[in-house]
Amino acid sequence: MVTELFPLILAGAETSRRGKRLVGPVDLSLDGQGLCVVIGPNGAGKTTLLRLMHGTARLTAGRINWACDTAEARHHQAFVFQRPIVLRRTVEENLTYPLRLRRVAKAVARRSAQEWAERVGLSDLLCHRAGVLSGGEQQKLAIARALITEPALVFLDEPTASLDGRATREIEGILSHAKANGTRLILSTHDMGQARRVADKVVFMLGGKVHETGPATAFFEDAATPEARAFINGDIVE
Amino acid sequence: MKQFLIISSLALFAAVSAQAETLRMAVTTSFHNSGLAKVLLPEIQKDLALDVQLLVVGTGQALKLGRAGDVDAILVHSRAAEEAFVAEGYGTHRREIMYNDFVLIGPADDPAGIKDATQVTDALSAIAMAEASFVSRGDDSGTHKKELSLWQNAGLDADGFGRWYRAVGAGMGAALNTASGLDAYIMSDRASWLNFGNKGGLALLFSGDPVLFNQYAFLPVDPARHPHVKAELVTKLEDWLTSPRAAELINGYTIDGETLFVFNAK
Amino acid sequence: MRHAFWLVVTFDAELAEIALRSLRVTLTALVIACIIALPLSALLAVRRFRWRRSVIAILNALMGLPPVVVGLIVYIFLSRSGPLGALGLLFTPTAMIVAQVIIIVPLIASIAHQSLRDLWAEYHDLLISLNVSQFQKMRTLLWDARRALLTAALAGFGRGIGEVGAIMIVGGNIDNATRVLTTAIALETGKGEFALALALGFILIALALGVNLLIHWVGQTERDSRW
Repeated sequence: MVTELFPLILAGAETSRRGKRLVGPVDLSLDGQGLCVVIGPNGAGKTTLLRLMHGTARLTAGRINWACDTAEARHHQAFVFQRPIVLRRTVEENLTYPLRLRRVAKAVARRSAQEWAERVGLSDLLCHRAGVLSGGEQQKLAIARALITEPALVFLDEPTASLDGRATREIEGILSHAKANGTRLILSTHDMGQARRVADKVVFMLGGKVHETGPATAFFEDAATPEARAFINGDIVE
Repeated sequence: MKQFLIISSLALFAAVSAQAETLRMAVTTSFHNSGLAKVLLPEIQKDLALDVQLLVVGTGQALKLGRAGDVDAILVHSRAAEEAFVAEGYGTHRREIMYNDFVLIGPADDPAGIKDATQVTDALSAIAMAEASFVSRGDDSGTHKKELSLWQNAGLDADGFGRWYRAVGAGMGAALNTASGLDAYIMSDRASWLNFGNKGGLALLFSGDPVLFNQYAFLPVDPARHPHVKAELVTKLEDWLTSPRAAELINGYTIDGETLFVFNAK
Repeated sequence: MRHAFWLVVTFDAELAEIALRSLRVTLTALVIACIIALPLSALLAVRRFRWRRSVIAILNALMGLPPVVVGLIVYIFLSRSGPLGALGLLFTPTAMIVAQVIIIVPLIASIAHQSLRDLWAEYHDLLISLNVSQFQKMRTLLWDARRALLTAALAGFGRGIGEVGAIMIVGGNIDNATRVLTTAIALETGKGEFALALALGFILIALALGVNLLIHWVGQTERDSRW
């Protein structure tokens, strides 16, 4: 029933633009258990790495292999952006959009939209235009829209970076619920507190490269590299 | 609401008028401005069930439309150009229908003093002498050609005139508007002048010289050259235009009690 | 002036016919122009192809196309001795529609492209991530920008209904066949019948305003039902 995407293997994966290497070479193997957090300072290449894995950044060298066919894997993924992108439509129409693209019948899609709106606390706003929602509501909408197609894997690029504490907590709740339902999550953040709260596995990035990886508990207790330790302590790392 | 809009717009587009047989004829602005067409066309419609569509242009353009085959027949008034049109094989023949006359219009106080001239050449010489403002059609129309030939008859060359001579490159009505605005002299056909609604300070100053008679002729476009022209309908129209019935209507057409056209078809 | 007003009030059958013909020609041209211009502008927004920039530059340049020149070119093509002469379209409403389509397509496409380009910048990452097809991208943009596109269409309508140079040339201003408001105004002005010309002008302005208000009102009702 569920297509198995993992393990995901990146071998010498790179992306460059105009001869300048933005990320890579990256060698990484993810088994996709639980929630993987990509951390690192601003400009470390977290967003680009996520896009590279998702297939929306151009791979200029190396390779990325999923357990299944790449196009098939892409079909079972969704992406949530740092600044929520909402369609200039109502909340309900935003939620049904990806379903309608997959030719789900209108009535089924609407029912599903109502369910998801309830799950993320947007039921009262279904008929409102998405553009009038607050930042936190828009991001919850974007996450619900990503989850509504029941993807095997969701990428989240600093989803709470511009939100207040309450919205952040709500979104973390939605994510842990999704994880419990078996959805794999890869989330980037530069917020150490968030990483500690949600991570099962950590990928620490620095200067466009993967600097260190490991299980969350081990990483936070005793990171292997001095840069990682410094970053965990809240020092400025470049 | 949307349904209503769609239905009403459909109704709008579906409203295509019932098609009678149609024929296209190029006529001069002076003929059209005379208002005679408004009398003749409904009668033609009645007698022949023929819808004559008029393209109102200058004589020069009317002949070009005929050459290109874009009209079925032409009704113009420039003998030399008409004869050339037939000689070059674009028209089957030239049939004279009627004539009207040209008149000289100018400011009512007549600064050049043309009112009492005996011949049109004298009147034009007086205008040139006084360098009084004069508006010329300047559009290669029959009226324009006629005006140029009259200057020539007076021994003058219109190309050498100063700023008082203004060629506007427009139809009769537009040229009359200009003359009215400038208080200038102008040569017009009588019909256009009588029907003109913006006379201002202008008045009819000179007319009656036989040189000013203006012969209208009917020219069918040659179907041998343009097979799509409706030759049969054109013949029907020509027969009608030269019939006693047309004679009666043409001779009987007046504006302010003045007769404009004289029927002279043979 | 009073006479002109009286003519509008009594609104005789001939005036009505001319006004309806104006509306029919321009609305038909507008529908055809939108069918061409809107997908074109959406394509230009979402697709990066080799001649994209040139096409956009050409469209912008064509916005300022003098209608008289369009009329002349259409005339030459449709004349019996021109390449499309066999169709016999010169001096018909169809010819006028063709000329108006050519005049308003660049205008609608340029205005539409500007708003679609902005919307595409907003939607780009999401639609790429959702892996939607080219056609679906265009459809999403066209639907979500529909209000801006309505403005583009209105600009096209305004240009079409008020246009005189081209349709005078290709339509010939034939009474009961191709005479529309603008060519009738030119004709009546030529005859020195300023009152009638002015009356026709009032109707023209009223038509342009009326269509604008109607469309605005339709947009308004849609907004009300939404939120």
